[in-house]
Amino acid sequence: MRELHTRLGKLFPLGELTEQRTNLAFVSVPQEHLRALLLHLRDREGFTHLVLLTAVDWLEEGQFQLTYLLADRKNARDIGLRVMIPRDGATMQSIHELWPTAATYQRELREMFGIDFPGSPRVEEDFILEGWRDIPPYRRDFDTLKFAVENYSQRPGRETHDPATHMKQQLYPGEN
Amino acid sequence: MTQHAPFFTPDRSQYPTQKDDGTLDIDLASGKYLKLWQGPNHPGITGNMSVELTVCGDEVVEGKTHVGYLHRGFEKLMERRTFIQCFPIVCRICVPEPDFNEYCYAAAVEELAGIQSPVRSDWIRTLILEMGRINSYLMYLGGQAGALGLGIIGQWTTYVRDLMLDRFEELTGARIYHMFILPGGVRDGLPEGFDARMEETLREIERTLKDVYDVMFCNAVFKKRTVGLAVIDPALLESYGVTGPNARAAGVAKDVRKDQPYLVYPELNFEPVIGHDSDIYTRADVRRRDLLVSVDLIRQILDKMPRSGPLMATVPNVLHWKIPRGETYIRGECSRGEYGYYLVTDGSGYPRRVNVRGPSYTHAMALLERLIVNINIADVASLMVSLHTYPPEIER
Repeated sequence: MRELHTRLGKLFPLGELTEQRTNLAFVSVPQEHLRALLLHLRDREGFTHLVLLTAVDWLEEGQFQLTYLLADRKNARDIGLRVMIPRDGATMQSIHELWPTAATYQRELREMFGIDFPGSPRVEEDFILEGWRDIPPYRRDFDTLKFAVENYSQRPGRETHDPATHMKQQLYPGEN
Repeated sequence: MTQHAPFFTPDRSQYPTQKDDGTLDIDLASGKYLKLWQGPNHPGITGNMSVELTVCGDEVVEGKTHVGYLHRGFEKLMERRTFIQCFPIVCRICVPEPDFNEYCYAAAVEELAGIQSPVRSDWIRTLILEMGRINSYLMYLGGQAGALGLGIIGQWTTYVRDLMLDRFEELTGARIYHMFILPGGVRDGLPEGFDARMEETLREIERTLKDVYDVMFCNAVFKKRTVGLAVIDPALLESYGVTGPNARAAGVAKDVRKDQPYLVYPELNFEPVIGHDSDIYTRADVRRRDLLVSVDLIRQILDKMPRSGPLMATVPNVLHWKIPRGETYIRGECSRGEYGYYLVTDGSGYPRRVNVRGPSYTHAMALLERLIVNINIADVASLMVSLHTYPPEIER
């Protein structure tokens, strides 16, 4: 993987390589170089399989991390491309022309994280949530507990516990 | 020589034209087309999802998958749970084959926390995953036959699946959600006399599969309605993210157990089952033969597995378990294709992000929407089942 990183580094401004396993590594890529790098990896390096495309919300840093995980089956290796984009007005170029399945991932990301992918097929359509009006629910600042309390009535007689405290009392009764 | 009538002759004169952006110009007011919803509750649907069909006569001109009936927000839920609290909920993401969730989650946590699971637990994990695969294929065979009116197959396969559930029950204490593979190892070893009872179950499965072969795979109606239908072009496999038996039926030996071996698969002797015609019949046949491979693998595992040794590695106090910042991806070959967990940790006691990659995510959305065009309404159920999709994997 290090050799691949060196080779790619001559063509694209890549970040440090994080070698998670011998056959899995993650590398950061600037937003504007992603598409060219994906094409290069797909057509020249054998990473033909888009395993997944997802986002991680780094709320404290004001950024979304988009992870494009690609697999090269022949050489049994995977590479994860990390693209950091600002949380405010998050927009990313669509890659549905490279992998048609990416359109589904992009629809989900728009709905769940509020990241827009202009030009992606049916990206504006509801995917899982119908008629959702709140902030995108997979963002870290969306409080699921608060949402549940505000929107659903409690069944009379039902007790709720904080999971961590409850488990502690179950396992170690009498301890604080 | 008898001239056979083709499957179905569509009237193409009424077909919609394409607009500039590639979408179809469907004028519903013209009366030529009809919107038809298959699902969310329909005997020919695999779980709760629906396909919005636009039909012209009996033929589908456009299909759109709609999901959202099973969304429970697992990925978000896990961000509020400690690592050990996530363990009992992950299995609920996929009902018929829940163990891959447990394995992938446990392996991802172990990798990021720097824990090595004991060898004996790896053997038991492999055993459980193969048992789950058998269950999942048995359900599939019943569903595939049922979609074409062969109801008896489902009754036979449900019977042998129930025997396998008995083996699960004595091994894990539960029939459907086992909650057995936890970060660090497995909960227990094999009970006494398990091997003999498992052998009996495997023989019963083999006997049933012989009957299934005679009644389903040699059945003229089943052949007539599945051979040559809904072919996945091998050239589409990579761009549509097709994995598992759907890819193997197209002649590509994609199998994570061989491509990136995990657990004890390197020590087991087997070859991925492949087919060549890539139609519904071939996909069903690949799964039937793969089921027999799993039966053989279970015998090999029981034969070779160590009978003593630790079952759990030492894990930190689970109530204060913090995992340093990192990210990883763990994959396994489930009965439907590549199943994977992408786990991101941030140094706290909770996962930063868990993303579940189920094979249905690509098979039931982009691939299904492509294959469904030009299919007769009566074959839609058969096509959907042949992709072996489970909607909870899409929605999570």
